[in-house]
Amino acid sequence: MIRLLTSVMRLRKTYGPMVVIVALALVLLVWAPSSLSAFRLGNLGKYCALALAAMGIGLAWGRGGMLVMGQGVFFGLGGYAMAMHMKLEAAGPGKVPDFMALYGDGTMPSWWEPFRNGPFTVVVILVLPAVVAFILGYAILKRRVKGAYFAILTQALAVAFATLLIATIKQTGGFNGLNTFTTVFGHNLFDKDVKKGLYLVAAGLVILFLVILWQFYRSRYGELLVATRDAEERIRFLGYDPANIKLVAFVAAAVMASIGGAIFVPIAGIIGPTNVDAPASILLIAGVALGGRSSLFGPMLGAIAVGYGRSALSEQFPTQWTYFQGALFIVVILLLPGGVASIGSKFKSVTSRFRSPAPSTGTTTGVEHEHEREHEHDHAQSEALA
Amino acid sequence: MHLLTTPLLTGTATGAILLLAALGLTLTFGQMGVINMANGEFLMVGAYAAYVTQQVISSPGLSTVIALPVAFVVAGLLGLLLEASVIQWMYKRPLDTLLVTVGVSLVLQQLARDLFGAQGDPVTAPSWVSGRISVFGYQWPHRQLFTIVLAVGSLAALSAVLKYSSFGRQIRATVQNRELAETLGVSTRKVDRITFFLGSGLAGVGGVAIALISGTNPTLGTSYIIPAFLVVVVGGVGQLKGTVIAAWAVGVVTAFLTDWTSGSWAQVVTFAVVVTFLTVRPQGLFTVRTRSLA
Repeated sequence: MIRLLTSVMRLRKTYGPMVVIVALALVLLVWAPSSLSAFRLGNLGKYCALALAAMGIGLAWGRGGMLVMGQGVFFGLGGYAMAMHMKLEAAGPGKVPDFMALYGDGTMPSWWEPFRNGPFTVVVILVLPAVVAFILGYAILKRRVKGAYFAILTQALAVAFATLLIATIKQTGGFNGLNTFTTVFGHNLFDKDVKKGLYLVAAGLVILFLVILWQFYRSRYGELLVATRDAEERIRFLGYDPANIKLVAFVAAAVMASIGGAIFVPIAGIIGPTNVDAPASILLIAGVALGGRSSLFGPMLGAIAVGYGRSALSEQFPTQWTYFQGALFIVVILLLPGGVASIGSKFKSVTSRFRSPAPSTGTTTGVEHEHEREHEHDHAQSEALA
Repeated sequence: MHLLTTPLLTGTATGAILLLAALGLTLTFGQMGVINMANGEFLMVGAYAAYVTQQVISSPGLSTVIALPVAFVVAGLLGLLLEASVIQWMYKRPLDTLLVTVGVSLVLQQLARDLFGAQGDPVTAPSWVSGRISVFGYQWPHRQLFTIVLAVGSLAALSAVLKYSSFGRQIRATVQNRELAETLGVSTRKVDRITFFLGSGLAGVGGVAIALISGTNPTLGTSYIIPAFLVVVVGGVGQLKGTVIAAWAVGVVTAFLTDWTSGSWAQVVTFAVVVTFLTVRPQGLFTVRTRSLA
């Protein structure tokens, strides 16, 4: 009997996430396209694109302990690369994008030229964020810059990036960003089937990366990453270089954000500084925190929920949305640091505490008690993702 | 001469505001490990305190003088409220304080928008700060000089408090070794609250200076918080000396870069300089010596 139970438990641990992924795939890839209106499907596609970036944050922050507050930058690198290609497609061969004639003298900077080429654009989307993240990550992680320093530096990066975009109106469209596209890789953007196809690509990418992350987290590397988050010094004494371990997660997160940005642009039809600046990056974090930073599904579901909540609330009460977002941070981080994903295990630990009250003798100090609670919390987090 | 003096003087004034914003950050970060992203909003609160004071007392000169203590106390009390309501539950999770205070800053910004409107309000500068003084041929506005005087005065007051008062001794003891301070009978909880009050209040004073230069605005804190944090990071956490030097350096470097290129490029290059600096000295200019591994 007990053996049966443990084997069931093991099966659940191993294949549980797969069942959820399949269920999500059914919802996103089969149910949604057939029953949602084109407008709502487009919105869901946008949230899927944001979810890709959020899943990257989940990897770097939830599993790696690196709070990336500038994920918008990498989202923007992918998004702008895609937008530049589509802008050139819209202009036609040999022509110059319209805004350059509007704001500048109608000449195109030379670094725009290669983006006429589709495959080149795709390579840039995948490689450029990896290179930027590698250089930045190598510079600061190797020097053991971590915690708040890391978070502040990445946010400063987002601020600098957005400022730069606004300042270079002749090259990047400035505050208005890049918009009014017509085709993507030769497909008409106004075509109904193309719209649906774009949504399916976005949703498919989300499912694909869920599978990748699932395997990533189960791998030896995934365990090392969590170990680095929880006890970096111990990992160092065991002979690993924590910087390398974290660097991999940071770069992977950047590439995921970039892919998200690239698929966001044809669906949303626009990318601008407000999609990539510090507030946008913080909004991504809000979704991750809400869903559960270290769980597999939390960041993705959280990002979609925040996306929906934002459009629903900000349409009706624009000012309330800001209050809501602020309150979300305060309440979730303060009371539920493991996000919604941890509710189940949190409930379990509370009930078990009631059932068998902790043996609180006179010797247990408050500090020890706190430590116990911390461990429980960690335990709950690692359970939540299983 | 002009090319050097202008950015030097303007940059020093910017550095003075950064210093007032960064002092609170470095105190709370150094002492409690709390990263207070809402500190920029305390600047904003200080600016609105100056605005409201001016609505009540119409004379610009008198109102500015009164606004300074008012801003200090209002921002300080808000900081105290923040500590008592949210931060005190989070001392075990310092990194998470960053996100909670981001939430607080969003709420405060929206509150300011709802109370005073999304548009900024002008604050009339008193006559003794609206003139200009000629420095090597550059017509330097008095209000920048006023900002520097304000920052230096606040810094002197803070150092005096830290050095000579019993509160100050307790704060320094808590920063150096919290457990040992506790065993010696220092109520570190109380000390934490006082530090929060002082740090937030100083940001409020900085807000008055900003109000005189550029008026009020619900989002004025957002443009100062990141540079202020870079100042803290460069200066070394919990170090007044380092914060002063770093604030001045960041202010002047940004001013020079703005002069040579443009405001936006200056931000980008300043960021790159800070990252490069951190790869050389990740602990900042000055550090408290500890035996911890990291």
